[in-house]
Amino acid sequence: MADVDVTQEVPLPVERPRPVTAGPIAWLRVNLFNSIPNTILTLAALYLVAVIIPPVIRWAFIDAVWHAETGRACRAGGACWAFIAEKGRFILFGRFPYAEHWRPLFTVVIFIAMILASCDRRLWGRRLAVLWLAGLIAVGVLMWGGVLGMTYVETSLWNGLPLTLILATVGMVFAFPLAILLALGRRSQLPAVRGICVGYIELVRGVPLITVLFMASVMLPLFLPAGMTIDKLLRAQVAVILFAAAYLAEIIRGGLQAIPRGQYEAADSLGLGYWRRTRLIILPQALAMVIPPLVNSFIGGFKNTTLVTIIGLFDLLGAANAALTDANWQGFYIEAYVFTAAIYWTFCFFMSRYSQMLEREFNKGRQR
Amino acid sequence: MTEGAVEARTGEPIIELRNVDKWFGEFHVLRDINLEVKKGERVVVCGPSGSGKSTMIRCINRLEEHQQGQIVVAGIELTADVKNIEAIRREVGMVFQQFNLFPHLTVLQNLTLAPIWVRKLPRKEAEDTARLYLQRVRIPEQADKYPGQLSGGQQQRVAIARSLCMRPEIMLFDEPTSALDPEMIKEVLDVMIELAQEGMTMVCVTHEMGFARTVADTMVFMDRGEIVERGPPKEFFTNPQSDRTKLFLSQILAH
Repeated sequence: MADVDVTQEVPLPVERPRPVTAGPIAWLRVNLFNSIPNTILTLAALYLVAVIIPPVIRWAFIDAVWHAETGRACRAGGACWAFIAEKGRFILFGRFPYAEHWRPLFTVVIFIAMILASCDRRLWGRRLAVLWLAGLIAVGVLMWGGVLGMTYVETSLWNGLPLTLILATVGMVFAFPLAILLALGRRSQLPAVRGICVGYIELVRGVPLITVLFMASVMLPLFLPAGMTIDKLLRAQVAVILFAAAYLAEIIRGGLQAIPRGQYEAADSLGLGYWRRTRLIILPQALAMVIPPLVNSFIGGFKNTTLVTIIGLFDLLGAANAALTDANWQGFYIEAYVFTAAIYWTFCFFMSRYSQMLEREFNKGRQR
Repeated sequence: MTEGAVEARTGEPIIELRNVDKWFGEFHVLRDINLEVKKGERVVVCGPSGSGKSTMIRCINRLEEHQQGQIVVAGIELTADVKNIEAIRREVGMVFQQFNLFPHLTVLQNLTLAPIWVRKLPRKEAEDTARLYLQRVRIPEQADKYPGQLSGGQQQRVAIARSLCMRPEIMLFDEPTSALDPEMIKEVLDVMIELAQEGMTMVCVTHEMGFARTVADTMVFMDRGEIVERGPPKEFFTNPQSDRTKLFLSQILAH
């Protein structure tokens, strides 16, 4: 070591920031009225709030009707939450046999529990895969029934929230690994593998989801041999998976491309080999980098499941629409859509918050 | 001359390059390279940038593919056979100019990853080895930090330790100090000198001529894809034969 330690810290005189005057008035001045344009914007925003909020509160709470026998009692001008009280169960579970509603309810609970469990990074790995397998089997048993004394319920009666959750969650769970393979395949050295992956991605990305759903529900049966049918839900589910995979694949490929070559070389020089290199070094970094667009895609995919209404499956939104056709309760569109929107929003908001948390976790190692 | 150098002369060849040629497109980057490195020998490769010295050592563990000639490492010939390539990479450690640590893993995880997954060591054993080598590169206290939290010199020492954890027969260094701030070069060179004194077979591409004088058994000078001159450092520095070597040495030793 040298005689003089150059790394030793010499204390520098500390300059403290000038104290900002505290208190609400000071806060207002700094944040809302610090310039003329800002003052104008603040006043305009206050005016808008004053105009919009009171009528909304009056509609949603003060003038709202909470209990009513039929829609006729609900014509006062306020929100008719009695409609939701009456039809909420139908919107959530649709035409699933009424006495058996505990089964789709449990399905929803199982899905939410599995999603929450998946959020815990300590569980990631083989255990989580086993958990999902068990959960999906339990869901299948609950929904289909026909065993353990439960009556058989065909898939066309799987409506409402459970259907939405099945389509979205199972869709993502299967689309994600498929997307990883597609993304890796598109960067493969082997021309055949690369060609298949590029072809698949470009083909699927080039058509709207509705077209894929239509093909799955209308065209596919025409090509099947007579007498052979594939369950409609299954067809829609496969369509959702294949569609989502193409989009996710391109996002993941973006992450893969951002990994510096040195990472590949370091992994190679340690003798890791292709699959271990990919799994331990490349993918963890690539996926962490693309969390925002991935979650964006998950949220989009979750809401895209509403398109299955087109081919006659009653998801949450479809069940809400069906509830509106009751002659006793006609015209409560706003209430029905506010109710369903609130459910969609809750799930999407959760995904978004969780992704922000994950990002912070993964970026720990990159911060100094 | 040190004892190790004498021993090196008598050792068996562990790296052999015979008539190796390589092109990058039209560019003839390696021309008829012949190089033999014996067990325990320390070879320092120098030369102007673009002379092919990095490409040559990157061929030794197949980060670059040679197109003609024969490369045999630790008795295994490098061919397109993935089995051979992986077998050679297990025996050959490499340290890069840009460190190339895995930023998403802690220092300890960086060190134990390959021993656990490639050498199939139990985690406990891999961690013990890792801590031993961290001690040797003098940063045992950084085990649980992430690479981004370390200085360049510390990162490069972690990178050296990471390679050593695989207990390689050979260590390749590709300009290990070129990306470092001047005050950190010494701490990395000290580690490399120690390694050399323990008898590790080393091939180093470097511009650190002081280091070369201290540890090299053989100096290799490359220019325009050829090995122009080679020899023991004493003769190489005091009495270079080729004009190109003289020019290079005058430029690099001038300041």
